[in-house]
Amino acid sequence: MRLSRRQRARIFEAVARALLGTAAALVVGVAGFLLLYIAFRGIPGLSWEFLTDVPRNRGREGGIFPALVGTLYVVFGTGVLTVPLGILGGVYLSEYAPRSPSTRFIRLAVANMAGVPSIVYGLFGLAAFVLAAGIGRSVLAASLTLTCMTLPVVITATEEALRQIPADLRHAALALGASRLRTVWTVVLPAAAPGIVTGIVLGLARAAGETAPILFTGAVFQMRRLPDGPGSQFMALPYHIYTQVTSVPNWNRDLVWGTAFILVATVSAASALAAVWRSFKRRRTAW
Amino acid sequence: MVTGLRSAVMAVSAAAWSSAEEGARVVEETSPQGSGRFELRSVSVAYGPETVIEDVTMNIPPQAVTALIGPSGCGKSTLLRCLNRMNDELGNVRVSGTIALDGQDIMARGVDPVDLRMRVGQVFQRPNPFPMSIYDNVAYGPRTQGIRRRDELDAIVEDSLRRAALWDEVKGSLKKHAFDLSGGQQQRLCIARALATHPEVLLMDEPASALDPISTQQIEDTVAELKRSVTIVIVTHNMQQAARISDQTAFMLRERLDMPARLIEVGETRKVFTNPDDPRTEAYITGRFG
Amino acid sequence: MTHGRPLTVARSNGRTAIRRAAEAVATGFIRVSGWTAIVVLAAIAVFLAWNSVRALREVGVGPIMVGTEWYPTSHPGKFGAAPLIVGSLLVTSIALVLCVPVGLAAAVFLSEFATRRIKEAAKAVIEFMAAIPSVVYGLVGVALVVPAVKSVFGLDSGLTALSGGIVLGIMALPTVVSISEDALHAVPSSLRHASLALGNTRWQTTYKVTIPAASSGIFAAVMLGVGRAIGETMAVLMLTGNAAVMPRTVLESVRTMTGTIAAEMGEVVQGGLHYSVLFVVGLVLFAVTFAINLAADVVLEKQRKRWGA
Repeated sequence: MRLSRRQRARIFEAVARALLGTAAALVVGVAGFLLLYIAFRGIPGLSWEFLTDVPRNRGREGGIFPALVGTLYVVFGTGVLTVPLGILGGVYLSEYAPRSPSTRFIRLAVANMAGVPSIVYGLFGLAAFVLAAGIGRSVLAASLTLTCMTLPVVITATEEALRQIPADLRHAALALGASRLRTVWTVVLPAAAPGIVTGIVLGLARAAGETAPILFTGAVFQMRRLPDGPGSQFMALPYHIYTQVTSVPNWNRDLVWGTAFILVATVSAASALAAVWRSFKRRRTAW
Repeated sequence: MVTGLRSAVMAVSAAAWSSAEEGARVVEETSPQGSGRFELRSVSVAYGPETVIEDVTMNIPPQAVTALIGPSGCGKSTLLRCLNRMNDELGNVRVSGTIALDGQDIMARGVDPVDLRMRVGQVFQRPNPFPMSIYDNVAYGPRTQGIRRRDELDAIVEDSLRRAALWDEVKGSLKKHAFDLSGGQQQRLCIARALATHPEVLLMDEPASALDPISTQQIEDTVAELKRSVTIVIVTHNMQQAARISDQTAFMLRERLDMPARLIEVGETRKVFTNPDDPRTEAYITGRFG
Repeated sequence: MTHGRPLTVARSNGRTAIRRAAEAVATGFIRVSGWTAIVVLAAIAVFLAWNSVRALREVGVGPIMVGTEWYPTSHPGKFGAAPLIVGSLLVTSIALVLCVPVGLAAAVFLSEFATRRIKEAAKAVIEFMAAIPSVVYGLVGVALVVPAVKSVFGLDSGLTALSGGIVLGIMALPTVVSISEDALHAVPSSLRHASLALGNTRWQTTYKVTIPAASSGIFAAVMLGVGRAIGETMAVLMLTGNAAVMPRTVLESVRTMTGTIAAEMGEVVQGGLHYSVLFVVGLVLFAVTFAINLAADVVLEKQRKRWGA
């Protein structure tokens, strides 16, 4: 049977559409499956005791309270360091940096930082913070390491959010006699806040889930007490999952999946909240 | 077209033209800070290597409206930005010649553009209120100057909104977000914001070009009212608007793309529109180009 | 005639002087912060190199890079990292073979064929995928992929290069899909309209016009996917079995560069030879991902210029 050009084109169109659609459905399907599977496996392990008790019998029983608190400490430490540095860095790139090769160089460095493997950050943290700076394995050393990793996320988000703000708004403030710094601080940054906050939340959520950077910088297998300061070692949720699976024979499936669920749920809830807040704020500011 | 304004205009601009006779000038209400008179002498502007405006010499009389007209791309807005040194913020712009405000060279070494801009306010082409409340928008300039006392700010906000003819519409909702206002209201808010620092001069860059006819009318009424206390320089594309609201008109033209723009003619508005000295002005005004 | 407010220093009383000084300090802070990225990146390179010196001097670049025996704890230790490099390449290749076709096809569908709502929903789901921590991917792999590979191929253990590669491929999907979708999206629609107006179908337009126009961005997406896969640590550590020998098939256990650092750094003598060799491995990883990211960035920048976005 001979087909006309038109008919052939139409068949190709249908086949291509079907194949491409299948690929997209596959990707979305995998993501949806992961979401449901993690919930399905994780929810049975959840209980009040699980959230508030210390691990017992090498983690096969009890709860994950110290790991939960340890992760919160490290994320808090990372936030305290990353937020100011990242925002200032983004402000520099968007508002102060000249159009010059050196600025291009900085942007390249930011993009590259985002691509450095997390285990390399771990090595760097060990060599620079734990050993060279003499901080030792601790909440502080891990926070510093995670800060290096999170910084490019916050810098990029800040720069992009600032770029969305129309130049007119800056000029209006300057024309009222505001200095450049005051313009940025009172007009541009508040207007860009939704985008910046989203970037910070995404960056910190990622930091909360990272294992490799904290392997050698302060995370420990088990601790009965909570970290008592920035110099203390700590348990962390992702590291807890890793050590349970790889070094505890007959690890408790329910408890480990429960831990994974807590981690994923917290990270996704934070990102979702940030996204909702941003779209709520955006309705106002349709530049 | 301009009959209503004519007599006052003539008095003001005639006096303003002869600086020797300044003492005899009739001004209804003098701004407390100064008169707000600009003198431009051989002003040229270059973007990088390219000269875009060449050799503009003109006076801008106080408490009157000066319109800058000309086809798009003729450097009207660039010249306007020289008057509050906003060109400084665009980078790579060089201004030469002298520009004096009430006898002081604003481009002199040591002049802080921040001080200048508190005296020379600007209203932009599109309404650009800050994303904050109506009150905070108007209070922005005074707060920048360090005014913190609530009662003082309240008074400034009310006064500025009144002068911009917006007070009656927003007095009950000063905490409302500025973006909830209509486009015309937003532009009047921007005028109020610029007035809050008590500038002697207000620069307006096509302030009504993004607005509907009714809002445009309101802006024009506001301008007519404001010029009793403030010097106004307005860039406009709209010839009728220039004829309606200005006392003095300056016509700028870039004759060829590879040439800088020049000031072709400046004079009393009625004269420029009815009996221009230069044939190019006449051609533009009668709509033969632009 | 009174003169106006003076324009110069006369206005600056003590308070403005303090304000200006504070502003100068704050502006200085901002300028310094701008350079943090370069400082951190340079510090990483310096610390990796500094700690690698001992191994490079005592073992040498050649023996580390091409040596096939990795017995770091024997006496004397053997530090041939070739099996680790091959392991990383093997796992990354498997991941790419799985994720690039699917990821690109999905991106083309979302950008060129899907309705706005489907696209927004799909992007949200894919963002969720990107937010899952790698250790959780490892856990999912241990629960599902390892047993599946074991039973399908009738192996003694499912901890193989294939298991790691499959999970890594899934992990790299969000990067590949979202960056190539961005690249396709950046192609001006006037180009598509021109092609459609000539009587081309949507698919003809896509492969004749849109995909070629977005090719550099798609290339960058693949490169960044490679970078993500080669640098991934926890999932491969949990899934590949970590046998440091030259693999012959994808159904054998392999050990990657990242896995080696993660597994061994905890047990070495700080400052010792083994410690230093692990930094060499880290330096190699750093250099490889740096080169990949640089290439991707240069390509993306070129595309950004072309479409003026």
